Amino acid sequence: MSNIVFESVSRVFRRDGRDFPTLDGISLEIADKEFVAVVGPSGCGKTTCMRMVAGLEFPSSGEVRVAGQPVRKPSAERAVVFQQFALFPWKSVWDNIDFGLRVKSLPASRRREIIEHYIGLMNLKGYESAYPHQLSGGMQQRVAIARAYALDPQVLLMDEPFGALDAQTRVVMQEELVKLARINPRTVMFITHAVDESVYLADRVVIMTSRPGRVKEIVDVKPTREREGWDKYPKIEDVMDLPSFTNLRTHIWRSLREEHGHVEKRA
Amino acid sequence: MKRDADSTAGLWPLSVAGLAAFFGIWWLAAGLHLAPPQFLPMPQEVLRTFAGLLHEPFAGYTLGQHLWSSFLRFAMGFLLAAAIGVPLGLLMGWFEWLDRIVTPLFECVRYVAPIAWVPFAALWFGTGIGGPVLIIFAGAFPACVVNAYRGAKYVEPRLVEAAQTLGASSLRIVAQVLLPAALPSIVAGLRVSAGLGWMSLIGAELIVASSGIGYMLVKGQSNIDTAIVMSGMIAIGLVGVAIDVLLRRAESRLMRYRHPSHS
Repeated sequence: MSNIVFESVSRVFRRDGRDFPTLDGISLEIADKEFVAVVGPSGCGKTTCMRMVAGLEFPSSGEVRVAGQPVRKPSAERAVVFQQFALFPWKSVWDNIDFGLRVKSLPASRRREIIEHYIGLMNLKGYESAYPHQLSGGMQQRVAIARAYALDPQVLLMDEPFGALDAQTRVVMQEELVKLARINPRTVMFITHAVDESVYLADRVVIMTSRPGRVKEIVDVKPTREREGWDKYPKIEDVMDLPSFTNLRTHIWRSLREEHGHVEKRA
Repeated sequence: MKRDADSTAGLWPLSVAGLAAFFGIWWLAAGLHLAPPQFLPMPQEVLRTFAGLLHEPFAGYTLGQHLWSSFLRFAMGFLLAAAIGVPLGLLMGWFEWLDRIVTPLFECVRYVAPIAWVPFAALWFGTGIGGPVLIIFAGAFPACVVNAYRGAKYVEPRLVEAAQTLGASSLRIVAQVLLPAALPSIVAGLRVSAGLGWMSLIGAELIVASSGIGYMLVKGQSNIDTAIVMSGMIAIGLVGVAIDVLLRRAESRLMRYRHPSHS
């Protein structure tokens, strides 16, 4: 069991002796093996939420718990895929994926097995000894995803992982991630500002308000997806044409639009 | 100012002209006896002395032997400084408490010029190997520490975070993230510190040695043999350049993988 619990989490950012609240009373539960996407206007603190689960930042008040334990520091049980990939530039594809496996001190044969498995799964065959700068953005992000999945973490945290990719690559990556998530379900917290992406990938979509970030609304996608059989369609564009999909997307759009309106009025 | 290689490649005649002007003025000044010949020998005489020193011993050894003995001291002091300074700098860049302990001490000690260590080194080690090595160490150590420290501090935070979320311990992060990420800064520091170490060595040998190129200079001075002193200075410059070229090579070799942009 690896659920994520946010219990009245607030976060205050201090500058010039003044307090700026960035997150205000977030309470949220992500169930074990549930895929939750978090959307919200930029600056609403959605990345901060994810980083608190990772143990890279901490609440000013309230608590974040994973599997019942308060998060105190980063752990390989909570793998992160960063927006800017964060691959080690001096390590080859193979060695990047190997990094966490070595930390776990798995035997060499087991490591090779795991690396080969994810290299195959992520379409990286033939690029094992390439360095990150020799790869396209999409391939770099596939390496980063393989590196995170290879550790077999209970929790996967993704911070706009496809934000830096071009539209075509992004679609391919989304399809691959869906495949991976269905074969190998994990508790996933997926940060994005792309509404399509959130509806396509997630079981539930959490909509946040503009700063200070609060949970505005939670949209349950999974029942619709299962009822309408979205997973039967191999291509994302087929799903996106379904009325059941467009309804949810429009709903989330409107909800987000209100928040953008708030930002503009205040600015 | 940096220009691209194409526009500067054609400028080598200027470098040649600079050298030619230097030797021309020297030759003229010596030829016109602007100074007494024993203080300002002709360039060709210095060259002849230089060549002579290669096989005729002066102050006990040939020029090559003096240089070799200097180089050994330098290598020991420099390697010791690098072996202690680089890890210390990296660890200080990671462990805040270590930074707090070491920095005030270090800031005081680094302003004691290498040459100011000479009396202390002489008291402790006499003219043996220890004295010069200590002085070279004093010259080379600060640049090793400072550059490793800066390199570690300026590592992209997301690389450190990636390592943390992959389960890496602090020591692993220092060895496998900070060290490779700080490598450009470390190697730049090693180049600076090699230069400073080499310069401190000569200073040390002027006082606490019974062989070596600095010792040769002092002996040349007491014999009022300017040609020998100048030959020694030329040798010092040439070895200094050679050390820098070697380290530059090592640097470009190490940096090859990070060639194009990785944002």
